[in-house]
Amino acid sequence: MSTIRVRAAERDGVVTVRALMTHPMETGTAKDSAGNVIPPHHIETVLAESEGNTVMTAYWGVTISRNPFFQFQFAGNSGDSLKLSWTDNKGESDSVETTIG
Amino acid sequence: MTSNKRRVFLKGSLAAGTVGVAVGAGLLAPSKLLAAWPSDAFQSLPFEDSLEAALGTTEMPEGEIEITAPEIAENGMVVPVTVETGMSDVSEMALFVVENGSPLTSKYILGAGAVPMFATRIKMGESSDVVATVKSNGTWYSATREVKVTIGGCGG
Repeated sequence: MSTIRVRAAERDGVVTVRALMTHPMETGTAKDSAGNVIPPHHIETVLAESEGNTVMTAYWGVTISRNPFFQFQFAGNSGDSLKLSWTDNKGESDSVETTIG
Repeated sequence: MTSNKRRVFLKGSLAAGTVGVAVGAGLLAPSKLLAAWPSDAFQSLPFEDSLEAALGTTEMPEGEIEITAPEIAENGMVVPVTVETGMSDVSEMALFVVENGSPLTSKYILGAGAVPMFATRIKMGESSDVVATVKSNGTWYSATREVKVTIGGCGG
């Protein structure tokens, strides 16, 4: 199952994207129950592409909340493609493709 | 002869197709993305130093930027923030929490047709000014809003 849930809807030529990503977003300062520091683990980059064009790039640090929410807008059309992908500091990544409604 | 050439051609285009699929699936993208993440700007730094590292400047005129955030956030782990502006030709935006150990929360590069707005949820260790910055026509502008935090959200 994808770690990304995304909805993209067009109105008056503007596409609004709302996305929720499943990710621990560990700061690197928290400790586990045994008192050991949990190493930082966070999304670094979120990339949004529509019809082959990059419409938004987000660079995130550890202070974006766990299971991040991200909303943004761009000029586009219903029926266009949207691809959203993230990459984290451990090199893990995920992506999802949807059609703009 | 002709059929041999055709076979070689087909083989070549098949190989190119595989690379295309790999790029499209994001298999080749992560290393490029990782290289672009501005690690210096996300360091634990005093606020002014993080501005310099993230934006290359600390002196910014006040801009017509709207920050929507709760006046009092009960849970510093999850503080919803929306930043939007009507300023023209916006290429980049960023969001800082002055009192956080790592003040830069996030930075945004606007691509083709992007509307200058974003909304996300951030962690705040304690009550702090939240500073949004917008690069309009090549110049950084800023706006500030205070958010009081009841329970801090960076330690655990």
